[in-house]
Amino acid sequence: MRRREFLTLSAASIGGALVYSLDRKAFRLSAEDKLLRIPLRFFTEPQALIVAAVASRIFPNDDSGPGAREAGVVVYIDRQLAGPYGRDRHRYTQGPFEDGPPELGYQSSATPREIYNEGLKGLAGFDRLKPAEQDAALKKIESTQFFSFLRTHTIEGMFCDPMHGGNVDMVGWQLIGFPGPRMSNYRDIDKHFGEAFRPQPASARETMDPDITPSEDLE
Amino acid sequence: MKTLPTTDVVIIGGGWTGLLMAKELGSRTALSIVVLERGGPARTAEYQRDMDELDYSVRLRMMQDASLETVTLRHTLRDRALPLRQHGSFLPGSGVGGAGEHWNGTTPRGLPDCFQLLTRSLEKYGAKRLPEDHSIQDWGITYDDLEPYYTRAEQLMGISGKAGNIRGKLLEGGNIFEGWRSAEYPTPPTKIPYFSVLFRDAAKSLGYHPYPIPAATNSQVYTNPDGVSRPACVYCGYCERFGCMIGAKAQPTNTLLPVIMKQKTVAIRTGAWVRRIVHDGGRGKEQVRGVSYVDSATGEEIFQPAQLIFLASWTLNNTRLLLLSGIGEPYDPSTGKGSVGRNLTHQVSLSAAEAFFPKPLNRFMGSGSAGITISDFDGDAFDHSKLPFLRGGTLLATSLGYRPIANFGVVPQSVKTNWGSEWKKAAIHYYDRTGSITLLGEHLAYKGNYMDLDPRYKDHLGDPLLRLTLDWRDNERRMAEFASVKAVEVATAMGATAVTPFPGLGHYDARRYQSTHIQGGAIMGASPERSVVNPYLQHWQLSNLFLLGASSFPQNFSANPTLTILAQTYRTADVIVDRYLKTPGALA
Repeated sequence: MRRREFLTLSAASIGGALVYSLDRKAFRLSAEDKLLRIPLRFFTEPQALIVAAVASRIFPNDDSGPGAREAGVVVYIDRQLAGPYGRDRHRYTQGPFEDGPPELGYQSSATPREIYNEGLKGLAGFDRLKPAEQDAALKKIESTQFFSFLRTHTIEGMFCDPMHGGNVDMVGWQLIGFPGPRMSNYRDIDKHFGEAFRPQPASARETMDPDITPSEDLE
Repeated sequence: MKTLPTTDVVIIGGGWTGLLMAKELGSRTALSIVVLERGGPARTAEYQRDMDELDYSVRLRMMQDASLETVTLRHTLRDRALPLRQHGSFLPGSGVGGAGEHWNGTTPRGLPDCFQLLTRSLEKYGAKRLPEDHSIQDWGITYDDLEPYYTRAEQLMGISGKAGNIRGKLLEGGNIFEGWRSAEYPTPPTKIPYFSVLFRDAAKSLGYHPYPIPAATNSQVYTNPDGVSRPACVYCGYCERFGCMIGAKAQPTNTLLPVIMKQKTVAIRTGAWVRRIVHDGGRGKEQVRGVSYVDSATGEEIFQPAQLIFLASWTLNNTRLLLLSGIGEPYDPSTGKGSVGRNLTHQVSLSAAEAFFPKPLNRFMGSGSAGITISDFDGDAFDHSKLPFLRGGTLLATSLGYRPIANFGVVPQSVKTNWGSEWKKAAIHYYDRTGSITLLGEHLAYKGNYMDLDPRYKDHLGDPLLRLTLDWRDNERRMAEFASVKAVEVATAMGATAVTPFPGLGHYDARRYQSTHIQGGAIMGASPERSVVNPYLQHWQLSNLFLLGASSFPQNFSANPTLTILAQTYRTADVIVDRYLKTPGALA
């Protein structure tokens, strides 16, 4: 049994958010909470700090709006890696493992967990670098599978349903005007031509069923 | 191995074709019918809870589990095939309803000349214009043979659309290039979203003939001839890779299952993983005797004897089960002998132009088939005499419903990065200002594109995986180039401020989702030398075995296949009831 690890963040950095505990019970932060301790399922705290810093360079908080830190992307990635995806539960993993042309897709035996554990060794101290140094460090690994995962998972964590741990308070959906799953667009589909129609976002648990369980919580 | 009591009929696969055959035979005969489905039971009531992009669209929870079985792929005979370790270019469904649950519901008919592609192409162009290594064939049936069954399939699902040719009379607003039809569509076209309206108006201004995409996502409440009702689509935008939350999209579980559930003669057994079709080896009048399968819950091997067997397990598994069972002669590309596995085709499905617009498009709204298409470059609707390729495809402006993980990050070519501030700003700005014009183009059959059993990789039970040998040829590459030029013209006329053309087809790329329209391997035809099943989808040698689905297509036509496989299944059901059951034996 691994030691229980927590990611400690300042509450302000994650925006007043709804976060889910390791016990899968929701709690809401109050304004007076200064520090937030998020239980980690896969990463160690030093690993989580590096992943959070990388995600913030891929999707920064800047003039165009909040970024990966506000959306809780690192919490999303932590849960995905702890779940079936992280261990390749649904990938064909029989050998022999051989390299082939890129069109045949990812062929390595390495699971997402292994790619992260290995890749993070090369980014030790990343979270303490200045932004320009961080960008330079990421440029060096841009062509790796590890970076490809980091970029893809950052986008997923920005825009997934909040039940997966990212897109906290639907901050990502608000950036792009995505309302989440809606019961009906029947009256609007052929209207609003040329104008932004932006219904208030709502998550699947709010709109459909409060008891929906995401894949990563099923095991 | 446990042997069960004999049943009259076994149907392998509980998707569109298997359940349609079960419904037809269950309604019209007293036969005892067992449907064997290797996935789980129907989940129709759960679909509302599934409207989660990550688990269903990205992690593909409705699809077959690739850890149990996948396929291997190589581009040419000289290459070593490797497994597709995760789904990519196509998405096989699983469970009752199969891929018919997670589809978009786009239901065009095939063009009449597609059914006699070899004859018509030779007449029109001569043998020299055909690609050197082509293996295109006629189907052994004509469009006229199939027309009444197309109409029945449309009525089954209540297809929404606008006819362009009723008994030879061309109708403006419909597809004037389509084959004749005996009746108007059962329901009027779907509502048309803004992006597709822009496409319609631009296409018209360029002299093309835009029409609404025929849709199994009903425009209004519809009750079909079996008395099954479905509601109107609400354009939630969760069709592709999802089951329909309200049942407006025709799916086997909401269109066929309500009838089957009332039939006491039909039993659906889930978790039944069929490994072999058992047949009399050897001489003379061979017959299949039953199927052996593994009960996934217990691991037990079970033999189910049957008088009549339908193999309806989707294109790839239909071919694989024939090969695993030693039925028929495997195709050998070096000699051209053998028929099982030949004429593997996909569909030339790609984004011919990615357009960027000044105004927001509200693209979260939509449905799988709400949109506009043109057939001006389909089939032989246009002059090929000066073009370096044969045939063509439709161009479509669909409004499937944009979901953010799949669609975020598409930016004009002027943006040179794909992470960081500059990219983020552009990606947010363009998120709701982009749209693709899609090509759905014909994929011709070639001698070197085929299927056999992989010599190295196995499934979870130890059976060899199916090996695909598949690559594009210049005909498809040039067609894609041509279509991209046309699509860029339309996008520009739509008011796009930037357009990215298709980068080129290159080699068959298993990473890019294209469509789940894989055809061939157990093809139909007029002669047993070059086909596996006769024009009634009956196996040429084993007369009590029928194969349903797009495995029968000699080559891809541009049209999406579902309507055609349902029409063919109706036709087979008729011939079984009218002729086969009275006098069992070869029908052709």
